[in-house]
Amino acid sequence: MIRFLRQRCSQAVVVLLLVSVIVFGLLHLLPGGPARAILGTHATPTNIAAFNQQNGLNSPVPVQYWHWLTGVLSGNLGFSYVQNESVSSLLAQRLPKTALLAGVSVLLAVLIAVPVGFFQAVRRHRAGDYVVTTVALVLYSTPAFWVGILLIDVLAVRLRVFPAEAPQGSFSALISDPQALVLPVLTITLVTVAGFSRYIRSSVLDELAQDYVRMARSKGASRRVILFGHVLRNAAGPVVTLLGLSLPFIVSGTLITEYVFNYPGIGLLAFDAATSQDYPVILGVVIVVGAATVVGSLLADITHAILDPRVRASAGIG
Amino acid sequence: MSPENVASVLGPEQSTAEAEAEATAGGVWLRAFVRNRLAVTGLVVIVALLLLSFVGPLFYHTDQVHTRLGMETLAPGAGRPLGTDDVGYDELGRLMVGGQTMLEVAFGAAAVAVVLGVLWGATAGYFGGLLDALMMRIVDALLAIPAILLLLFLATVFRPSVLMLIIVVGVTAWLVPARLIRAEALSLRSREYVLAAKTMGVRSPTIIFRHIITNSLGTILVNATLQVADAILLVAALSFLGLGVAPPATNWGAMLSDGLNYTYSGFWWLTYPPGIAIVLTVLAFNVVGDGLRDAFGLDTRRG
Repeated sequence: MIRFLRQRCSQAVVVLLLVSVIVFGLLHLLPGGPARAILGTHATPTNIAAFNQQNGLNSPVPVQYWHWLTGVLSGNLGFSYVQNESVSSLLAQRLPKTALLAGVSVLLAVLIAVPVGFFQAVRRHRAGDYVVTTVALVLYSTPAFWVGILLIDVLAVRLRVFPAEAPQGSFSALISDPQALVLPVLTITLVTVAGFSRYIRSSVLDELAQDYVRMARSKGASRRVILFGHVLRNAAGPVVTLLGLSLPFIVSGTLITEYVFNYPGIGLLAFDAATSQDYPVILGVVIVVGAATVVGSLLADITHAILDPRVRASAGIG
Repeated sequence: MSPENVASVLGPEQSTAEAEAEATAGGVWLRAFVRNRLAVTGLVVIVALLLLSFVGPLFYHTDQVHTRLGMETLAPGAGRPLGTDDVGYDELGRLMVGGQTMLEVAFGAAAVAVVLGVLWGATAGYFGGLLDALMMRIVDALLAIPAILLLLFLATVFRPSVLMLIIVVGVTAWLVPARLIRAEALSLRSREYVLAAKTMGVRSPTIIFRHIITNSLGTILVNATLQVADAILLVAALSFLGLGVAPPATNWGAMLSDGLNYTYSGFWWLTYPPGIAIVLTVLAFNVVGDGLRDAFGLDTRRG
């Protein structure tokens, strides 16, 4: 276990470093480089030259990278001249809101998808399985933003059950108005359930074909004991891995859902920044989301290793 | 392939000997695919959408360049089966033109993603060791950054055209194929024929192309199909955010985004046709991909 932990953690550190190299590279991809990102689109070449001189941007690239990285590690993600606020304080305000939205939705998605996928596998190739599989496949093929729009069209515009816009303002304003959270949460949950239930269905089917099921059956164990005592427990293990693997997709879905419902999280922050060419903010969001994803998959892998000894044993291979 | 699968693929009436003869003829997977009614329906839908987008405009002439003020947001009626949009373009004609850019970008991006991913994954898996570790960590790092954010950034830096979209979407989408092919290459590289080729002194690039990639063609084909579906969703999302192609060019995502402003006015013909077109196309490609995977007897779950 120690060996697995050490190996997996050093892997995560390497990936984090690579994420930082990519973001640094993106910064330099901008016409005019980081100076353009900070001074904005109206800066003259003279301004840029002066800025480069002042901030050591004429020094070799590795030296610049080192300076930038130490800055990022101490929480200096740059400054948004559009919003007149430091990127880290903007992120600090918005991040909890995104975490709330994604967290609640994913929790709901797991609570729904596990029983649904289980039901599908047990009733394989019967009417119930076909209906659920079809619905899941259609949802899976629908862009998250259109799911959101359809929900707004039906539940907000026509039936007027839930408001179409998320509450603005602080974190406490968000939780004190749960009505307004229903549609964004429902959007992400629906899209996520569609993907998860497919995975859980086939995972349960795999388990049903295992030797221990045949063994239990031949020993005369009842169907209920086999399904709920053995299969469900073993099939639930991969859910943790699934969560880790699908983190990037969940984040993407959350970001675009925020845009649809004008939900004041980091997704909306990034999109607003993109339209005003506020590059430090976009890259700040990229680096925070990237780091969160890497740490999230690390935690998922460790949890899975704790639950399943076979994963630990095969640590050297993957 | 489990015995049960073989039975369902071949049907009960065929004996094992017959089945083997057929397998050597190479027709098994084609037969299995054709028997999968859902997958065949998907293929028919794809062909129909291609015909609608690329052949349709030859029969249904509309002006998709000049705006027609005074003709905007008209409900469907005679001569305009799907009505007109907010600057007077005929909506059905627009659906065809939008479909062209959508499908061009989707096929192009999927091709870029698959070629890049296959080369990357096959190289990493074949050589293994430190090179493999480094190459796969790069994939992990890129996978940690949500594609939509990367696209957002790239789309603000480079003005999007069809070619630009193909490159930008392709460059963010090659990670999943890279992982799949790498896994395939890892298992293929210890096969006897690869070892034999190595012993005979065949050069590594030749082995990668002739043995590793050729033997992964099933996985590659399945993934390519699913990549088209993913590319459509990505392009739609990007256009929805207003970063797709510039007017008068359009695609289904951009049309959906334009029509959104009129949801409250009840102009359903501006959002439902492009929305349904997107879902139908993505669904068709997913179903065909699943059908191919079952026909090849592969078990490659999407990450």
